[in-house]
Amino acid sequence: MLSVANLSVSYGAINAVDGVSFAVPAGAIVTLIGGNGAGKTTTLRALSGLLRTRGGSITFDGADLTRLPPHEIVARGLGHVPEGRMIFANLTVDENLAMGAYLQHDRQRIAENRDYVFGIFPRLKERLRQSAGTLSGGEQQMLAIGRALMGSPKFLMLDEPSLGLAPRLVGTIFEKIQEINRSHGLTILLVEQNARLALEVSSHAHVLETGRVVMSGPSAELRADPRLKAAYLGG
Amino acid sequence: MKSLVKKSETLLSVESKIKNPKSKIPGAHVALFAALLMAGGVAFFAGRIDPYHLDVLTNIGINVILAVSLNLVNGHTGQFSLGHAGFMSVGAYLSAAVTLHFVPKLFGEDGGGTLATGALFLAALLTGGLASALAGLLVGIPSLRLRGDYLAIVTLGFGQIIVVMFQNLEPLGGALGLNGIPPYTTVFWVLAFAALTVFTIGCLVRSTYGRGFLAVRDDEVAAAAIGLDTTRYKIVAFVVGAFFAGIAGGLYAHFRLTITPGGFDFTKSIEIVVMVILGGMGNTLGVILAAVLLTLLPEVLRPVAEYRMILYSFLLIMLMLVRPQGLFNFKPGKAKP
Repeated sequence: MLSVANLSVSYGAINAVDGVSFAVPAGAIVTLIGGNGAGKTTTLRALSGLLRTRGGSITFDGADLTRLPPHEIVARGLGHVPEGRMIFANLTVDENLAMGAYLQHDRQRIAENRDYVFGIFPRLKERLRQSAGTLSGGEQQMLAIGRALMGSPKFLMLDEPSLGLAPRLVGTIFEKIQEINRSHGLTILLVEQNARLALEVSSHAHVLETGRVVMSGPSAELRADPRLKAAYLGG
Repeated sequence: MKSLVKKSETLLSVESKIKNPKSKIPGAHVALFAALLMAGGVAFFAGRIDPYHLDVLTNIGINVILAVSLNLVNGHTGQFSLGHAGFMSVGAYLSAAVTLHFVPKLFGEDGGGTLATGALFLAALLTGGLASALAGLLVGIPSLRLRGDYLAIVTLGFGQIIVVMFQNLEPLGGALGLNGIPPYTTVFWVLAFAALTVFTIGCLVRSTYGRGFLAVRDDEVAAAAIGLDTTRYKIVAFVVGAFFAGIAGGLYAHFRLTITPGGFDFTKSIEIVVMVILGGMGNTLGVILAAVLLTLLPEVLRPVAEYRMILYSFLLIMLMLVRPQGLFNFKPGKAKP
């Protein structure tokens, strides 16, 4: 569904992503793992057009996305839940969701998406009129995911959904991510620092280190790999 | 000019894009009607009101237009512009040039009837507003890729360039400015346009399309990630803000009857920014009240003569210390995500 070939992104003279290639098959959950500064967030931002690429190509559903602006990429069905949630703090929950449907014009579809989001995150329905900045961290993450789902994506990119959440909530959020993948067949590209969890929910994984893919394979195999165990899974 | 037309189409489509009628202010149209009625009422009794008070009221109206229009850019959209006086000057000069050019040709010595001069004044104001909007577009397209401090500096530079440009444009009076502008601005015109500005910008930011301005302010990356064309939003905010600043400039020119480039310098821009900050960024009612207060304050302080500006500055510092969230902002503190 998505294939990335030889992608390079640089901030000035620094190459944050240096020749990264990987593919995400339709219906799968694929994860990118790696430490701080490995280039995970940069890769996602390049995929959704928020950063300009220096080289390489991004193909989605057979179309080249490499030079498109973000709003056209979103229109093609690539949803992005950015790192650190980035909800619109001064808008209400309801308005945040409405903004997520910004490019959707079919009212019926918008209403269906809302019901779908409330089905997954009933908590959001209770907080509709509340200003989003006053939500708890977990609720904000739910809202960020819900907002992306409002745009009817075919492919959802999640950037560090576990960041700053209580351990119990992390479990809940990951269950919801799997539910979204199973019930709607939504393809997911997951970026995580929590490698153990990411490898549990995903089918394939790519390990990034200083802007390059250093290891790839089925998640079950990587979980057992001694090198990965030592570096990311704590023995 | 073509792209300007496109922008105005965007604005027209705003009304049709309102998907969630609940988010509209209840009775906005009623409020507009009441404000216009009030403007008419004040104008009707203008003959009996002390001319000094009328002058102050006119100044208040002009400042409300300036502050509310800058609030769209600085408050709602979160882009820090320091060039609002520059846009105001474009409107002031252009509209004054129109009336100065056409009044002798059309009306000759007798000065023309009320209806004819009114129509000419309206045309002059709109010319000034559109020219200012065009200036907003020209400045906005290259500079709105910048953020925060950088944008502030670019807009500051624009303001200075405009002043220098008018100083050196001999057909527009050069450093002496334009004199003998016909006194078309009445309290009715000013209050009506102030009401119209508040109404238009209020409806704009409350529409579903307009929520995008707030989204850009709250988080630009997230706004782009859900498919908003953030640059376009910033440019629309800039162009609409500049348009109303141009209108305010036109009203100012036909109220003061003399305009010089120096009247639109950096200090004027700062004055408007202070109104927006004091009112609470993005809080329309607060910004209106701040514009009223900051126009009245120097007048009230007249008795203390030479200490006036010291006291004025002191009060500003005190207000900022006591109410950093904006003088008239009573919402609970903004939570950071």
